[in-house]
Amino acid sequence: METLLYLIITLIKIVLIVVPLLLCVAYLTYAERKIIGYMQVRIGPNRVNFSAIPGLRKIPGFGQPIADALKLMFKEIIIPTNSDRFLFVIAPMLVMAPALAAWAVIPFSEGGWVLADINAGLLYILAMTSMGVYGILIAGWASNSKYAFLSTMRSAAQIISYEIAMGFALVGVLMAAGSLNLSDIVAAQKGSFLHWYWLPLLPLLFIYFISGLAETNRAPFDLAEGESEIVAGFHVEYSGMLFAVFFMAEYANMILISTLSAVMFLGGWLSPFEGIELLLGENWFTALLIRASFLWLAIKISLFLFLFLWIRATFPRYRYDQVMRLGWKVFIPITLVWIVVLGVAILAKIPPWFA
Amino acid sequence: MIKITFYLFALILIFAASRVITVKNPVHAALFLVLAFFSSAAIWLLLQAEFLAIALILVYVGAVMVLFLFVLMMLDINVNSLREGFVRHFPIAAFVGAVILLEIILVIGAWHKLPTPEAATALAAVPNTQALGMVLYTEYVYPFEIAAAILLVAMIAAIALTMRPHTRAKYQKPEEQVSVRREDRIKIVKMPSETKD
Amino acid sequence: MEIATLNLNMLGLLPEIVLLTMACLILVIDAYLPKHQRYLTYQLTQGTLIGTALLIFASFPEQRVLAMNDMFISDPMGAVLKLFIVLMVFFAFIYSREYLRDRNILKGEYFVLGLFAVLGMMIMVSAHSLLTVYLGLELLSLSLYTMIAMHHKSQTASEAAMKYFVLGAIASGMLLYGMSMLYGVTGTLDLTRLAQTINQIANDHTVSVAILEKISEIKNDNIAVIAIGQQITENAGGATAAIAQILSENTDNTAAIAAIKPIIDQTMQSYTILLFGLVFVIIGVAFKLGAVPFHVWIPDVYQGAPTAVTLFIASAPKIAAFAMLMRLLVDGLQGLQVDWQNILILLSILSMATGNIIAIAQTNIKRMLAYSTIAHVGYLMLGVLTGTQEGYAASMFYVVVYALMTLGAFGMIILLSRAGFEADQLDDFKGLNERNSWYAALMLIVMLSMAGMPPMIGFWAKWSVLAQVIDAGFIWLAIVAVMFAIIGAFYYLRIIKLMYFEKAEDKTPIEANIDMRIALSANALIILLLGIMPQTLMVVCLGALGVS
Repeated sequence: METLLYLIITLIKIVLIVVPLLLCVAYLTYAERKIIGYMQVRIGPNRVNFSAIPGLRKIPGFGQPIADALKLMFKEIIIPTNSDRFLFVIAPMLVMAPALAAWAVIPFSEGGWVLADINAGLLYILAMTSMGVYGILIAGWASNSKYAFLSTMRSAAQIISYEIAMGFALVGVLMAAGSLNLSDIVAAQKGSFLHWYWLPLLPLLFIYFISGLAETNRAPFDLAEGESEIVAGFHVEYSGMLFAVFFMAEYANMILISTLSAVMFLGGWLSPFEGIELLLGENWFTALLIRASFLWLAIKISLFLFLFLWIRATFPRYRYDQVMRLGWKVFIPITLVWIVVLGVAILAKIPPWFA
Repeated sequence: MIKITFYLFALILIFAASRVITVKNPVHAALFLVLAFFSSAAIWLLLQAEFLAIALILVYVGAVMVLFLFVLMMLDINVNSLREGFVRHFPIAAFVGAVILLEIILVIGAWHKLPTPEAATALAAVPNTQALGMVLYTEYVYPFEIAAAILLVAMIAAIALTMRPHTRAKYQKPEEQVSVRREDRIKIVKMPSETKD
Repeated sequence: MEIATLNLNMLGLLPEIVLLTMACLILVIDAYLPKHQRYLTYQLTQGTLIGTALLIFASFPEQRVLAMNDMFISDPMGAVLKLFIVLMVFFAFIYSREYLRDRNILKGEYFVLGLFAVLGMMIMVSAHSLLTVYLGLELLSLSLYTMIAMHHKSQTASEAAMKYFVLGAIASGMLLYGMSMLYGVTGTLDLTRLAQTINQIANDHTVSVAILEKISEIKNDNIAVIAIGQQITENAGGATAAIAQILSENTDNTAAIAAIKPIIDQTMQSYTILLFGLVFVIIGVAFKLGAVPFHVWIPDVYQGAPTAVTLFIASAPKIAAFAMLMRLLVDGLQGLQVDWQNILILLSILSMATGNIIAIAQTNIKRMLAYSTIAHVGYLMLGVLTGTQEGYAASMFYVVVYALMTLGAFGMIILLSRAGFEADQLDDFKGLNERNSWYAALMLIVMLSMAGMPPMIGFWAKWSVLAQVIDAGFIWLAIVAVMFAIIGAFYYLRIIKLMYFEKAEDKTPIEANIDMRIALSANALIILLLGIMPQTLMVVCLGALGVS
């Protein structure tokens, strides 16, 4: 009986995480189109007018994600001849599952707002993100298409290469925090915003975020789906909902990387104004500003997500050998050196981070 | 509860492992191997060996098997040629297998009569990862360093064996292009003018 | 969590640490050197070897010193073996440089890998734990596989590397399987503790066998069984003590037998697993040494690898393999000496027979030397199987001498080879005397020594192991060994005949660097000189094993 109850509660928790997440994914696509649109001096989606709250003014294009979802649901799923049917169908799920599973250990706010508060949280995240490549590999191979296969090869090599740099960046974080548990990592950054790890781990933050771009196959590392070279890459043969799942997994991964960057380098739910004397006096507004809460985490995540979009609108695509060079010859050496620097800093107990 | 989970994963593990050797397509075999790794990682988790479990997924599933698949997919192995000689080699293989099985039975059979060694104490207080790190960097630092040297040699080997000088690649050399002089490109030849005949 | 008290004692590892650091440094330096300065890599490598040798000499241990949490041991035997390993590799590099350059495979990685191989050998020599034995072996093997395969234009080299790799992996697997069994029974990887536990179990086993015999002899004699109990209390411990305890408490015969039965069963089982472990460990070591029937890789690898690499593989790693044999069998499994003695006798006879007889049929000199190696390994094991310190010293003497002779023989092949030509056929030695009588004389010395003719050092090597075998009471074994030595002499003498009594077909002048010529001459002259004064080397070997 008790186990059953436990299972039900866990299930409810999972739903509470996954449903808002999927909503965020849907509206991230909208945000992307709007933001890039404005950056390119156009309006972006503006036909499906919809109001966020019933009764309020309708926002142009706000219903676009829902319209897109409906459209994709009713499209036919075409399975190419000579493809491996089972793998073809299962591949999008293999991309989606790790992207969602990783959220199990993400703490959202102080006081155990986390599905599974495990000791090896960071390792778990690493393991889960490293699984995502299977979906891409299988999709490319099962499609029985040259373009898809080419893209698979590119993407697999790219993801594996950047995973190393990413792993080393995480090693830096765990060295600084002395723990693999994400809640502990956030707790270790307590203090003002100068106590957060973005300062002592600045190179690692950059590398982590850029590797995150490469891991999620986002521009400027979107060689796996480079439209002008290999049509759409590994999902060229996919249509309808199967394609939509790939799409959603990519955006879910973006949110995951942003969240992790926020948790590990920007103090998670901690407030930047913590420990700073406020001129405004004590009222509900300053209390909200100073208090650590999910709100701050959301703001930080949004910041990183905006960076994702901004970078996509700004940079041209890398050439493949440049991607590999950057990963192996620039990022990995820098992380290695920084880990040594960090080790020295920790031994020397440099305040305020390692005192 | 734990028992149910264990049997579930154990069944998946056995199924996947047996499919690895019975399935015809090498890519499928590799994928079943991934599944087998995954299930064994889950069983390790049940034993509270979280570091080993996650390392198995991270290293084997996340990196080694991806490269394996990478190669398998590119090679496009002819399955039929792999099956040639199966019948011919079967008796020898079966014999060797039987001998090894016999040995294992003998050894394990004798084993459980031995005094049970100290049961691995559950270190609930210290996280598994930390405990491993403690031993690895203190008591076993020497083998650990040797292992590091072995990995370095493996890396040197991989690079030395696969790096070929780019003999066919052609590069532009801007500095040569800029510093080119007239004499390098044209040659003025003095010739007597031809007479019209 | 409490950290175990550490006994690092890093000073004893100074040669290894310096070697590792320099290997890494050379690797980086080589990558940044411009092409015309690549010779610096070679010079740095040789300098490192000299430095390592000096450090080993400077930190020569007086007795056994443990370090690194008892996983590292420095003792006189280890230090002497390490010195010889470094020396052999130093010579091997001198010989190989020109050969590699002619074939366009002179790369910095070759020397770096060579240094890592030396490191692996030194780790094996100083291993005091099953773990470090295995890791050292892997470090060595991995470097060797790569050194062979680096000649990627040569099909035979790639094939040889592949064969070596696969068979080496199987051998490592066997070794690990055996080690896991030993660990399963004893619960330790430390060689000293392993030896203690195994001694205990071996002792228990002897007692158990005695009791079982007694039980079957005298069924109804109450006193007899109890009397055994009184006898064995003297050197009791472990299961023996338990048996003695039970026997002293019980007066009833059947009850006593019933009570001791499970203990005896358990002892027998442990012993069986130990024997299995022993067999697998010996298989692993025999693979590395190249003893019959685990020799199949040797001819193919020796022939297929570039001669410079063959030279490397054939010399120093054999010294390391001998050290591994000593560490595992003598330091760790001394308690099972009765059992491994028989296995070694078998391996040794088979090796001497196969090596010497098949070598006669070879026309390729590299292959011939490969079979001669197999035969030498047979002789080498003769000393170890006696189980005495003098016997071990004789084997150590043999392995050092063997490495020296192999170095000379392969050095001659390299000398006669040139760009685009491999002097690996017996006929290539035809009329060497005509072409260059000095080189012919050097080869004569090496071949006579390999055949075991006085006054060369090879004679004394054979003589010393045979003397030990006779001392240990295996006169028949000594006779067999001499018989095969006489058979073996034939193919060495054939080369001498080719050099001196045949007309030269190939009249190309033999060219070589001055350092190569000096090294090769020195190599052969050392063989001759040591042959005249074998006592110098013998004293070193005896001293290393603590026999004065």
